[in-house]
Amino acid sequence: MPKVTIDGQTIEVPEGTTILTAARQIGGELVPPAMCYYSTLKGSGGKCRTCLVKVTKGSEKDPRPMPKLVASCQTMVMDGMEVASKANEEVTKARAGVVEFLLLNHPLDCPICDQAGECHLQDLAFEHGAASTRYEFERRTFEKIDIGPYIKLHMTRCILCYRCVYVANQLTEQRVHGVIGRGDHAEISTFIEKAIDNDFSGNVIDVCPVGALTDRTFRFKSRVWFLKPMDAHRNCPKCAGKAVVWMYGNEIFRVTARKDQYGEVHDFICNTCRFDTKSTSDWTIEGARQIDRHSVISQNHYDQGITVR
Amino acid sequence: MGRKLLLEHAQVEGIHTYEVYRKHGGYRSVEKALKTMTPDEVVEEVKKSGLRGRGGAGFPTGMKWSFLAKPEGVPRYLLCNADESEPGTFKDRYLMEKIPHLLIEGMITSSYALGANTSYIYIRGEYAWIVFVLERAIKEAYANGWLGKNILGTGYNLDLYVNCGAGAYICGEETALIESLEGKRGNPRIKPPFPAVKGLWQSPTVVNNVETIAAVVPIVNDGGDEYAKIGIGKSTGTKLISASGNINRPGVYEIELNVPVEEFIYSDQYCGGIKNGKRLKACVPGGSSVPILPHYLVCKTANGEDRLMTYESLADGGFASGSMLGSGGFIVYDEDQCIVRNTWNFSRFYAHESCGQCSPCREGTGWMEKVLHRLEHGHGKMSDIDLLADVAKKIEGNTICPLGDAAAWPVSAAIRHFREEFEWHVNEPVASQQRNYGLVKEPTAAV
Repeated sequence: MPKVTIDGQTIEVPEGTTILTAARQIGGELVPPAMCYYSTLKGSGGKCRTCLVKVTKGSEKDPRPMPKLVASCQTMVMDGMEVASKANEEVTKARAGVVEFLLLNHPLDCPICDQAGECHLQDLAFEHGAASTRYEFERRTFEKIDIGPYIKLHMTRCILCYRCVYVANQLTEQRVHGVIGRGDHAEISTFIEKAIDNDFSGNVIDVCPVGALTDRTFRFKSRVWFLKPMDAHRNCPKCAGKAVVWMYGNEIFRVTARKDQYGEVHDFICNTCRFDTKSTSDWTIEGARQIDRHSVISQNHYDQGITVR
Repeated sequence: MGRKLLLEHAQVEGIHTYEVYRKHGGYRSVEKALKTMTPDEVVEEVKKSGLRGRGGAGFPTGMKWSFLAKPEGVPRYLLCNADESEPGTFKDRYLMEKIPHLLIEGMITSSYALGANTSYIYIRGEYAWIVFVLERAIKEAYANGWLGKNILGTGYNLDLYVNCGAGAYICGEETALIESLEGKRGNPRIKPPFPAVKGLWQSPTVVNNVETIAAVVPIVNDGGDEYAKIGIGKSTGTKLISASGNINRPGVYEIELNVPVEEFIYSDQYCGGIKNGKRLKACVPGGSSVPILPHYLVCKTANGEDRLMTYESLADGGFASGSMLGSGGFIVYDEDQCIVRNTWNFSRFYAHESCGQCSPCREGTGWMEKVLHRLEHGHGKMSDIDLLADVAKKIEGNTICPLGDAAAWPVSAAIRHFREEFEWHVNEPVASQQRNYGLVKEPTAAV
């Protein structure tokens, strides 16, 4: 099995593992951030360029360094490879550049955005971003669109990570949504304004790293950090039925799938569980959800996996 | 005037028809290759010729061909990249319009060398009429037994199709071209895997420029060694240059890769000098994405040597004082042209053509365009110049495909060589709207 060294830490991983996956197995500060890569969606990744790393030694056989920074979510490890991630200035500079690009046309309306508190862009900007912008032009804006009765698309916030497009391609039967347009005027759209009518369409909300796709049954109901996330399950004929219910008192405000520490869902849930099952009697509550992401807002509340009660 | 290998018969009346083309020695390379050579021998000749990709990157074609994976039972494809959309480049158009059979002959010979039984010519949507020219020629080739089943009785089968793009520059990037050909949105793929391993429909694929494929014809006819005698060093053979801008004789020229740049601009055989007796201000030697050169670096390198029309000589000095041969889109600017405006124009093109897949290119190209627009229209600030250079640096090398680099290079090169003109635009917002800056001064202490 190939051995790879990332920021001085060596790990042995199976053939065909990406640098990002290897880094996640080591864990800690050196894990590159990822805005578009999603381990459970085939073909995702390579687009946002936040996970750039420097390969200082190609492999044992060919020790030459790679000439450019590479996307760690797409580059396979080789035996003897040495990678510089957060410890390298070139890498952190490039990442800061990418954050700046991602925020150029982002509205920064966090105070009224439902995603705030669990937003990956917020975390990323907190870690790598600058306090002020150098962009002095009008930002790109779009009208908000309802896609179906449950989902709101606010394209202005979108960073075009394509994750929801992969959900639409891979989880749902009919391909009804994708990207139209090109360059900085490209947008996510349902073809001919067709509503997403599919039992698994709600998962686009969970995979969205920002607040571009939000839950219409939850919009503006509460800030996420006021809610208690609880692991819960129910017998669902359509999906695994394993979810997280977000409660305030004894009331369920919203239901999401279970995300791991990198915000990735492994068991996607159906729309019935997500949107229509909000009574506590429907769910068997297992206990408090461990949230161990160091989010901008979550860090005081969900600290070290201890959940507020 | 040097030898002409591709455009020798371009001016012959009716050369676009099969009869006339055949009478002038057409399809000899197919006869020679299919009847007397093995596919590997053809690849060997191309390797010997030293032919380099004519689409811009200049990668050795023989080497590219030898990388092609050849697993059993999997079809292989040859794609011809006729999505020529680089501002300043129009050589493929001329070649396809005038002598379509040369491309088809090259496609047959090259497909045979690579073992491809289905090949495609992917042509840009704006060249709609050339689609008809090519399709007519393909029909003639089928009718005369050069395409189809059992060509020349050798048992080799080949079907050739023309596929029309829909007008996206990005589809000239080889993996975006493949995606588009598969009927998808033309987004570049993430590499690796390279097309030589997994290309069209996940099969091994070679993508070559029109001129590269056409050059295979003289290489097979006369032998790779003969071809390699033309030119200097690693720049072998002839190259089509599309010359435009403020010159007396704009057009497509076939040159041997050893002509001095000075001769190319001023000789009556080629560009015929600067129009209206003006002075040369700048030159973009290889299409809009290569770095622009100021007048003092066009004909001489930084070391004072004569600059030649070769891959190496044009790149002499790296990006600090050199440029690239690129795709041969030779644009000449006289002293009345505004570099800021020109840079903005290029930048606008890239902002429009970015596919929007990866963040640095999607956001960065639009940002640069807006800042350059502001500078050109007299609302710029001094800090904008450094901002542009910084944004260009952050795009360069951090994107999925080379479009990011292509958008960044012209901006950073313009600032590198023409900073005083950018500063003048900031300091003299009114004057810069009324007249042009003229020549930039040659830095004296730079050496």
